[in-house]
Amino acid sequence: MIEIAVLVIGLLLPLVLQDYLTVYATRVLILCLFALSFDLVWGYAGIMSFGQAVFFGSAGYGVALLARDLGITSILLVLPAGILIGFAFALLLGGFLLLGRHPASVIFVALGTLTGSYACDRLARGWYYLGGQNGIPSIPPMTIGSYELTEGPAYYYMAIGFLIVVYLLCRFLMRSQFGLALAGLRENEQRIAFFGYKVQHLKAIIFSLSGAIAGLAGSLYAFHEGFVWPNMLGVVISTQVVLYVLFGGSGTLIGAVIGTVVIEAVSFWLSNSYQDIWPIILGVLLLLVILFRPAGLVSLLLSERERVGSFGRPGKR
Amino acid sequence: MTLLEAKGLIKIFGKLTALNGADLTIAANEFHGLIGPNGSGKSTLMKCIAGAETPTQGTVTFGGHDITQASPAERARDGMSLKFQITSVLPALTLYDNILLALQAQTSLLNLALSRTRGVLHDKVMAMLEQFRLVDRAHEPASALSHGQQQWLEIAMALAPEPKLLLLDEPTGGMSLEERRVTGELLQPIKARCSLVIVEHDLDFIRDICDRLTVLDQGQILQTGSVQHVQSCPKVQEVYLRRA
Repeated sequence: MIEIAVLVIGLLLPLVLQDYLTVYATRVLILCLFALSFDLVWGYAGIMSFGQAVFFGSAGYGVALLARDLGITSILLVLPAGILIGFAFALLLGGFLLLGRHPASVIFVALGTLTGSYACDRLARGWYYLGGQNGIPSIPPMTIGSYELTEGPAYYYMAIGFLIVVYLLCRFLMRSQFGLALAGLRENEQRIAFFGYKVQHLKAIIFSLSGAIAGLAGSLYAFHEGFVWPNMLGVVISTQVVLYVLFGGSGTLIGAVIGTVVIEAVSFWLSNSYQDIWPIILGVLLLLVILFRPAGLVSLLLSERERVGSFGRPGKR
Repeated sequence: MTLLEAKGLIKIFGKLTALNGADLTIAANEFHGLIGPNGSGKSTLMKCIAGAETPTQGTVTFGGHDITQASPAERARDGMSLKFQITSVLPALTLYDNILLALQAQTSLLNLALSRTRGVLHDKVMAMLEQFRLVDRAHEPASALSHGQQQWLEIAMALAPEPKLLLLDEPTGGMSLEERRVTGELLQPIKARCSLVIVEHDLDFIRDICDRLTVLDQGQILQTGSVQHVQSCPKVQEVYLRRA
């Protein structure tokens, strides 16, 4: 029910918004996609990835280079390339952090991914080919045939289309028996290893899948903004996505979407109304929600049982 | 026929020698009890068998294969199943999902993603819940169960994949007398299907269900044999039974 309400609002929004707000809303939709990628690893599998921006930013840089150096802007090439880049980076980082004989601790993975994010940010800032501190500006628009997709309603509906498809795929997967295995991984990794699950493989798979989704988001973001810069790989965006999911409610897909939309909408409104102190107000709001609603905003709308859900059989939601 | 053989197991934690050359042999369909005073090495021996700890020295063979270095998951896939000393059901999940989680561990990832085995496993899940008298609460979260019922649920989870060897570490810990009696009743029928190694402090309980006993003391095997033989052994009476 909540999902349908959010969908209807999302589909109708460009009809009532001014153009500049549609552009802002498109950015928010892409960030929702990015938040979903983090929710999969943290909310569903319990893997604390503090470096999700690596996959987002590397895909953004990858497609920007394709467009700048090779003139490749076709949606049929750049988006699969972005997904592949995000997937490959996640596989590499995940392989290094997660595929040891002994299970990696939450702290080890959190610090490892955070370090990866910081290192990528610094590397991009110092690499002339990647534009250094300034990043890569003036990326040519993404194209469908000869049609150029620039910011506006068309890009908005494309972004919401991708968000819906990814959301439904994640929903299907998280409610399947695979989702149950992930719930087991999150709740008690040692227990399910003693059942015979290959927990490291499960982790690597969901980590790579989340990297692919972050890669898709990063590619869409790069073409929407028209430039990429080192912050896209760094710690700030990596932390921002954690806040989106914590605020909305980790372990629920709709929570990740709601968290992103609410934080971005409140930030937008506060930054217009209280130009000097808006980050402080936002910080206090986030703290209040996390303190008094640790399960996130979505816990106001769904019961604990509904949030945990059911797996591989008809759901109760 | 020998199912499990542990030979010369030594486990050293820093300066502490928890196991000091322990041998254990389990036959198919045998119910075997491990007893001994606190700190005698029972749980460490169990962990070395299950793969939770790697022995410093010695070998473990299961079904004729050396599994000393195998991971817990590999041992589980070979047919070994463990119930932990501290109850470790998944409290946020329903009883149904707890059992399904145990049952689907051998399913391929593709089949899990497509939920292909849920129909096949549904009847097995319900049968396990029925067997352990939990079927009426199938769709409640495991956290809603009493401690004793959580112990039953975990035994059901360990038994669900139809293991060749079931390892139970203090399954009646924290149970009432009535719950202990029921647990004994629940375990008896599985004898036809698998072997059992059980660590317990409740001697009456272990005497009722086990064929053979092994007594440990200070990391070493003090005595192994039939229940009557072990009970009548003066050394055992000296070291263990008197303390109990």
